[in-house]
Amino acid sequence: MANIDFSKAELERYSRHLIIPEFNIEGQRKLKNAKVLVVGSGGLGSPLLLYLAAAGVGTIGIVDFDVVDDSNLQRQVLFGTACVGHPKVNAAKHQLLSLNPHIQINTYNTQFTSENALDIAKDYDLIADGTDNFPTRYLVNDTAVLLGIPNVYASIYRFDGQLSVFNYKYEDGSFGPNYRDLFPAPPPPGLVPSCAEGGVIGVLPGILGSLQANEVIKVITGVGEPLVGRLFLFDALSFSTRTLKLKKNPTRPKITKLIDYHQFCGLTPAETKISEEIQLNPIQEIDVQELERWKNLKLDFQLIDVRETYEREIVTIGGELIPKATVEDQLSTIEKDKKVVIYCRSGKRSADVIRLLQDKYDYANLYNLKGGVLAYAKEIDTNLATY
Amino acid sequence: MAQIIIPTPLRKFTNNQAKIDSNKNTVQAAIEDLAKQYPNFQKHLLDEAGQIHPFIKIFVGEDDILDLDKEQTTLENNTIVSIIPAIAGGSYNYYNLLK
Repeated sequence: MANIDFSKAELERYSRHLIIPEFNIEGQRKLKNAKVLVVGSGGLGSPLLLYLAAAGVGTIGIVDFDVVDDSNLQRQVLFGTACVGHPKVNAAKHQLLSLNPHIQINTYNTQFTSENALDIAKDYDLIADGTDNFPTRYLVNDTAVLLGIPNVYASIYRFDGQLSVFNYKYEDGSFGPNYRDLFPAPPPPGLVPSCAEGGVIGVLPGILGSLQANEVIKVITGVGEPLVGRLFLFDALSFSTRTLKLKKNPTRPKITKLIDYHQFCGLTPAETKISEEIQLNPIQEIDVQELERWKNLKLDFQLIDVRETYEREIVTIGGELIPKATVEDQLSTIEKDKKVVIYCRSGKRSADVIRLLQDKYDYANLYNLKGGVLAYAKEIDTNLATY
Repeated sequence: MAQIIIPTPLRKFTNNQAKIDSNKNTVQAAIEDLAKQYPNFQKHLLDEAGQIHPFIKIFVGEDDILDLDKEQTTLENNTIVSIIPAIAGGSYNYYNLLK
């Protein structure tokens, strides 16, 4: 480690680290020598990457397949308006190197998959999980376990945050608990929040991603006590925090290889189930062009929006608002003797409503608007906002 | 009286109540009672066999009930019971894309 030298510019840049007695130049050398892979450069990845780059982590890998979207900027503070439309990894690299030109950034503009995960991660000392979905979280965890490297984990939802250091290697060669010790299996897709229930307060990933960066730095430098065998919880609504004990689950099956994580998370069977359901209970649908034609022809039909009031305030294409959960209480307002077009954000909730009305209340005059408001905003009226 | 802390993602099932008092003596009885009081909550806590889902963790004080007496862990006066759900992030697009 002593062979890692710093230029005058670096010494000055990192001086506030160098004068912390227990951190000093040894800690800074460890950071410069470290290779950290950050999976996901969104809400959590943004503050995490900014702080890791600023702190002087020598090599940072970033995996993300997404492009920057307007709706990201509320929380993904790594990006500015000019980044919209650009691949996240490219925009991130540009921003991070302008923050600190003394580090190396490796980018992987691809989805992190069972096929590429081990190959991408094999050259890194640590993985930080900044992903936003269950399949990739299990993939990140299992990759870290197979490679014997720590996985610094943070996760958020709306106002709740979770943080832990998984698969930490102790001096005796044993490993601390990992994500599968905490949650052996993910929720099935049916219990994962739907569009109407998504969302996150923008500051929350900033808080958790910063705490995550702190843990990464502690693990690399050996300074302090990393959050191993403990789960930190933050409730931003009540401002309460708790730290719970986390142990290895002796009954957990050993992780021996990467698997099909979509299937593990119930996605493949769910897709099959949905298509079977559609075959058994077919629903009629029209696309947004057809809806526009019906409007122009002034056909007599009813248009119903089954989203929530707060979604309608973002954007609407008209019709009556009957939120999905209240449909059964408002049956008298849903026409039976003329065509009724039902829509939501993407066409999923409206299809559920149509199946319910057809199966339980014998409606036969319902049409799902394919692609929902999103398709309408894309194909018919590009002035409409999407979310 | 033990106190059950409901995390924000699950509060919609408890009329937005963040803390619920329970006079039951075990985790099992308290969770079953909670599911009875709030029927919509049940499927998010328990599977069809009445077992706690693998994506829900229950802690009594600072300890996972798996490290105590599992569902039979006793609740004392002022015991704090935490329900911890698996959460993955703020994005829902991923699941929608696959549907």
